[in-house]
Amino acid sequence: MTVVPAGTEAPSRVTDRTSIRYTPLPLSSSHPAASALAVEVHGLRRTYRTTTGTLRRRRLEVEAVRGIDLQIARGQLFGLLGPNGAGKTTTIRVLCTLLLPTAGTVRVLGLDVVSEAKSVRRQIGYVFGGDRGLYDRLSAYDNLRYFAELYALEPSLLRRRIGQVLEVVGLTGREKERVEGFSRGMRQRLHLARGLLHDPPVLFFDEPTIGVDPVGAREVRQLISELARAGKTILLTTHYMFEADSLCDRIAVISKGAIVAEGSPSQLKAAASDRTVVEVKAYGISDAVVESIRSLAGVQSVAMEVSDQAQLLVVQVSDADQLTGRLMQLLEGVRVDRIATREPTLEDAYVALVTAA
Amino acid sequence: MSIAQELAGPVFRRGPSALFWPRTLITGWFFQLKMQAQSGFMVLTALVQPLIFASIAMTDQQAGNRTLPLLYFALGAGIMGIWSTVVFGCGGVISWQRHQGMLEPLVMAPSPFVLVLLGVTLGTATVGLYSMGATLLWGWLVFGAHMHFAAPLLFVAAVVVTVVSLGLLGLVLGSSFVLYRNSNAISNMLEYPVWLITGLLVPLSLLPGWTHPLAYLLAPTWGVQALRAAAIGGDSAKPLMWCAVVSVAYLLLGVWLVRVVERRARQHATLNFQ
Repeated sequence: MTVVPAGTEAPSRVTDRTSIRYTPLPLSSSHPAASALAVEVHGLRRTYRTTTGTLRRRRLEVEAVRGIDLQIARGQLFGLLGPNGAGKTTTIRVLCTLLLPTAGTVRVLGLDVVSEAKSVRRQIGYVFGGDRGLYDRLSAYDNLRYFAELYALEPSLLRRRIGQVLEVVGLTGREKERVEGFSRGMRQRLHLARGLLHDPPVLFFDEPTIGVDPVGAREVRQLISELARAGKTILLTTHYMFEADSLCDRIAVISKGAIVAEGSPSQLKAAASDRTVVEVKAYGISDAVVESIRSLAGVQSVAMEVSDQAQLLVVQVSDADQLTGRLMQLLEGVRVDRIATREPTLEDAYVALVTAA
Repeated sequence: MSIAQELAGPVFRRGPSALFWPRTLITGWFFQLKMQAQSGFMVLTALVQPLIFASIAMTDQQAGNRTLPLLYFALGAGIMGIWSTVVFGCGGVISWQRHQGMLEPLVMAPSPFVLVLLGVTLGTATVGLYSMGATLLWGWLVFGAHMHFAAPLLFVAAVVVTVVSLGLLGLVLGSSFVLYRNSNAISNMLEYPVWLITGLLVPLSLLPGWTHPLAYLLAPTWGVQALRAAAIGGDSAKPLMWCAVVSVAYLLLGVWLVRVVERRARQHATLNFQ
């Protein structure tokens, strides 16, 4: 496991403001002031048990998380990156008290997620991406009203509080409409509003911009940035590397249930600084050619993206000068549109880390 | 003025949480009722089947020139409808909430999950009142049933106690439905046997003796007896009292089950479909 020590540089957050704004609400009186760490995870393991087969039922055990250690300081915006099935959502669900850990200890603001689940729940907000998680037949206002009651919000503040969170997420004027008529972006905003209702000091965002249009996603990122600036502790999972790069103070990369690297975005990028990225935009690259490139000495990783008919081959190499010629030889007969070299980005570092794991 | 300045007072309510429970329960009940009253499936479940069964029973009664008043059958069919709504509502609503991704936010809220579920099941049982209204109206309009109630106040009390009792029985069922993803199959199995053994359409005295102990444990048995006695005449206090007694038992069992089930669901990851 590559563990990069904590950096001191300031994160480069999105700073411009459009329709979404956030001003901190007063923290609850029951807010625990004890722990300096917002999240402490030690040796977290989580195993799922399932069965397979029709006549002969066989029990299977899937180890989703295999001994994770994680520490998130108060006020930090922490990114958890990893491919599908790496254990990100399982980790967040354990932190949110929705799953019990198989082994290990997990604390949020010094509170144990198993024995003090109820206290933890008052201190956290969970915002997940996607269409689900709202009552479609109720209006946006009623959805928030119901959850405000479940979170035991002060009745005299309730109406005003709902109005404020609706304004924060830019849904003022649409609150009487049924959620079933909402677009994906509006639903995401409502998820955000619900997560902010009780003004939790710790927020978990599980792929909050997934499926949201670029403008909406940008606004969600701005809100997350403003929440972090207001002192909230945020754990964010995302598949969008630029999002993690622009928002997060620190990032952990998780693969196959274990953390393979941790550090600031620039530290993670530095971990891949010993290589150069060669990008080839071409048409008709066969799998055999990709495999030949992969087997070249000095090639660290090969990935191919397909967009319409064009292919974008991304090759991470230790010595671009030496390998570009060999690369072109292997691409003989392929229509090459463009070839370029560049410095590695966070995404390249991520690909390198996940591929090596 | 900033949001922080605009707000005065604490975010969370102060005082013992038990004082907030009625408010949380009533709000939950109201929103569940609001949602389910708009659901075509729930309304049809509450209306169509009871009317068919009420029609068969009342036609049979008229053709056979028997002595029981038509109101007797209209009330039985009404309770059948409430039971169908509860049994499908508890299974259907909870699996629907899981499909919608609602179970996780509900479990994650700091309010006791038993209150959240009780709001759902009481709301569902209340939607079942459509059945009662429909079968009484149907009996009066189509079959000419006499709508004379011997003890109107007791009848109203019996309706309230029966609905609450069925909602609490729904809590017991619903808490186990949270754990099993194929809960609809369980609810399908439970509808007809309960209709049969609780004397909703066939008098309890005509059923084999071994079914009686089971019938006495089920709220519809006492509910329909209390309603019939209050409407047609007879002792409605005793069945009403037993209905309240089994309701308390359902509540205690439900609270315990919900705790066990919530913990098991967190252990076995059955709160969502991923």
